[in-house]
This record gives sequence, structure tokens and C-alpha cells, in this order.
Amino acid sequence: MTDLITATGLAIRHGRSEVLHGVNFRISRGEIVTIVGPNGSGKSSLLKALIGVLQPSSGTLKRAPGLRIGYVPQQLALDPTLPMTVRRFLDLPYPTPAAAAEAALEQAGCAGLGKRQLSDLSGGQLQRVMLARALLASPDLLILDEATQGLDQRGASDFYRRIEEARRDRGCAVLMVSHDLHVVMAASDRVICLNGHICCEGHPEQVASAPEYRALFGTGTQGALALYRHAHDHDHDHDHDDHDHSHEAAE
Amino acid sequence: MSLLLDSLFLRAALAGLGVALAAGPLGSFVVWRRMAYFGDATAHAAILGVAIAIALEVSVFAGALVAATAMALGVSTLTARGRSTDTVLGVLSHSALALGMVVISLMTGVRVDVQALLFGEILIVQAPDLALIWGGALAVLALLWSRWTRLLTATLSPELAQASGITPRVEQLFLTLALAVTVAVAIKVVGVLLIGALLVIPAASARPFAATPEQMALGATLGAVGAVLIGLAASFQFDILAGPAVVCAAAAMFVLSALVQAVRAA
Repeated sequence: MTDLITATGLAIRHGRSEVLHGVNFRISRGEIVTIVGPNGSGKSSLLKALIGVLQPSSGTLKRAPGLRIGYVPQQLALDPTLPMTVRRFLDLPYPTPAAAAEAALEQAGCAGLGKRQLSDLSGGQLQRVMLARALLASPDLLILDEATQGLDQRGASDFYRRIEEARRDRGCAVLMVSHDLHVVMAASDRVICLNGHICCEGHPEQVASAPEYRALFGTGTQGALALYRHAHDHDHDHDHDDHDHSHEAAE
Repeated sequence: MSLLLDSLFLRAALAGLGVALAAGPLGSFVVWRRMAYFGDATAHAAILGVAIAIALEVSVFAGALVAATAMALGVSTLTARGRSTDTVLGVLSHSALALGMVVISLMTGVRVDVQALLFGEILIVQAPDLALIWGGALAVLALLWSRWTRLLTATLSPELAQASGITPRVEQLFLTLALAVTVAVAIKVVGVLLIGALLVIPAASARPFAATPEQMALGATLGAVGAVLIGLAASFQFDILAGPAVVCAAAAMFVLSALVQAVRAA
């Protein structure tokens, strides 16, 4: 497998405090990796370092040559003085043919919003539009920072389905920070549990049973995992609605 | 007499139009990036540059350009290190203005027209000034044109820009340089105190009528051109200071724009 990004011994400081240290990280083509961790554990900082927004204070960071990243930030701070239609936004920074723009909006579940101002969109709509834009860059790697924050349960699972489709259709890797633990467990190839450093990582089931992970997330997660196991084990017996229902019950 | 007046008006109008062409799109970025005070600080620094240039008997334009660039780069560097921008700008902006005036008042043997420096002297521009103004304005336009998408992406979100391989610091640097050039060429037209107004007011007036950044930049340019022509005409007609007349015309447009917006919202 080809590594898209490799980080070795990464440390990040905000002023005097060290938010991350000794992080070894890699992500390969087509892989879905989720970062979990409590608030202030350095999840967003790690993503920003991988993108290049934050400079690591030590360690090395290698990106595959010509790596194309599609990034969906936690939120977009829109300045009200900047007029911006959804359609124009999709053209930044790569000009997009009309048909491709329509298709991307469709794929992200927000068809027909092209003429709307970004500032007039709801939180969920804006997240979807940002996903559409990220997909238009034909990314090798899609990076999502708590991208489902403003979405309700249905919206979130819908959003994750779009991401799965993107991986299936375009073969891009996905790296995301998420708090939707049960969805994380179901959708990820690999989970990284972060708290200033990497506490544990591996296959979702492996991580969920690690003592470090339990110490951070306690029993609530165990419940979610049990449900996940249940849904997963009996997948062929259940139709789609049942699956959804069991996820809602985990809340 | 009429011919003299005409050519006087023509030269003044050409000078004003040159500045307006650059001020429209650049002013839009100044508004989007909340750089209004940044623009003021850069302009105020130019007065110190002009003073030193006169003392050294070198080109006033060069002096203004160097001082404005130094100030713009200085502010960029200081604020990038996380200091409170508002305070840094307040300190630097007014210090530069005061220092410039002190240097000018210390100069013996040279009489500097302080009012022209502060509020412009568009009615006495000569052919070489015109060449300088248009050269600078076209350079700024070319720069903005060639980097438009990058500048816009970095303005919308530095993080999204970085993820797309655009370095926001570099784009900020280009805007900073464009601002310094604009300040240097605009001194003759509106003076150091009112350059910021010519950047911000037309762009702010265009905002309610624009759906895209490009429409706003175009609207700001048209607004700036209109303000220059109306202001100059008023200046000739009523014998008032040209620079302030231009800014008053722009301010009137802003009021009109705000009224239209209020009526629409109602």
C-alpha cells in the first residue's frame, strides 16, 4: 500500500503548551481512519498539521508528491462582507464545469443550492456544500474535522453514506475526527485514540477493548460498541430501517 | 482659459480614474479581510517616507512606496505572531503620522505643503505624475488579476486554501505590496488621510448589490470612478478641496446604498 501521509515523532505547540507529542501517523490509499479523543486532545491540531496549516515544533511530515487533499473544516467563519454563491464557492480554487458542479452537489446531497449565498445556508447545508467542494478537487485524501457537528442523526448517517460512496467511487482515503462513536466504529478501517499522544490505535474492535480507550470514554461507548457488534453480526437478518433504529437507540 | 481649465480637469480626472481602478478591487479585499486600519497605518507611514524623501532630495513617490511597504510588512509580521492587531495598528499608525509631521516641521529651508500631503493635490498633477499613477494602478490590477482565485480562496478561509496547496502567507504578502503601491500613487489624489476612505467606502457601498466577489469588485470600481468624477466636478464648481470632495461623494453613495438596502429589507 502507498502511504499518502507519513508523520514521525510529530509534536505541536500552541505558544508554551504542547498539545501533541510523539505522534507517529500514516494513512494509505483508500483507507478510512478515524481519530477519537476528548476535547483538547489535539485532534484538530493533528489534522491542521497534516494539511500544513500548523507547523510541527518537531518531527517529520512527508506527503506523497502531488497529493490532493479535500478538506472539510469543523466550521467556516464566513465574513458577511464577502458575497459568495454556492456555485462560485465550488470554483475555488479549481474552476469547475457546470455539469461537474451539479453532480458534486447532487452527490453531497444538496442539489439545487447553486444560486444561494453561503451565508444563507443552514449549518447542515453548509457542511454538505463544503463536502461537495472537497470532492470536486478529486482528492486522494478527504479530511473531515467533526464534519457532522451541525447535523441531526439522520443527516449525519446520510453524510457518512456520501463519504462511503466517495471512497467507493473515487478510491480516496478518508481521515476524520468524529464524536459519533457508534458510526465511527461501524465505518472505520482503523481508529486512532488521541489524548496529547496516541493512546492506542488499530481495528475498531481492538481499540474499543483497549484499557486506555475505556479510561477515556467509559461505559457509554461500550454500549454503543455492543450495539455495533449486534448490528454488524446480524446485518444480513436486518433491513435498513432496523439498522438505523438500533443506532438511534444508542444515543 | 476654458482650454486650460479643460486640460486641468482632464489631468485631474485621469489621475483620479487611475487610482479608482486599483482602489475598487483592492478595496474589496481590504473590506473582506478587515484591513481598513491596516490600510490607514500603511498610508500614515507614507507621510514619514515623503518627509525623508524631501530631506534627502530623492523621489517623493519612492520615499512613500518604501515607507508604506516597510509599514505593511512590519504590521504583517507583528500580527502574524499573534499580537492584538487592533492595538498594534493603533500604535504604529498614529506614531508614523506624528513622526512624519515632526520630521516635516524640523526641515528648514524646504516648505512642504502639509495640506496637500494630508488631503491630496489632484489639481496640480503633471504628466509624469500621471504616468506614475497609471503605471502603479495597472501593476496592482495585473497582480490582482493574475492571482485572483488564490487571493480569494486565502481570504475566504486560510485553512481551505492551505489544504488546496495555496500558502495564505504568500497571498497576504502580495496584497500587502499591492496596498503599498496603491498608497504611494494615491497620495497625490486624495492625500494620506483619505486613502483608506477611497479603498473602503466604494467597496462597502457595492456590497448589498453583489452576489459574487467579482460583482462586488466591479461595483466598487464603478463606485470609485463615479466618486472621483463627481467629487472633481464639485471641486471645480464650488472651489472646494478635491480629495475631500471625492471622499464626500463616495460617502454619499454609501448612504444611498444603505438606504436602498434598508428599503429592500423592509
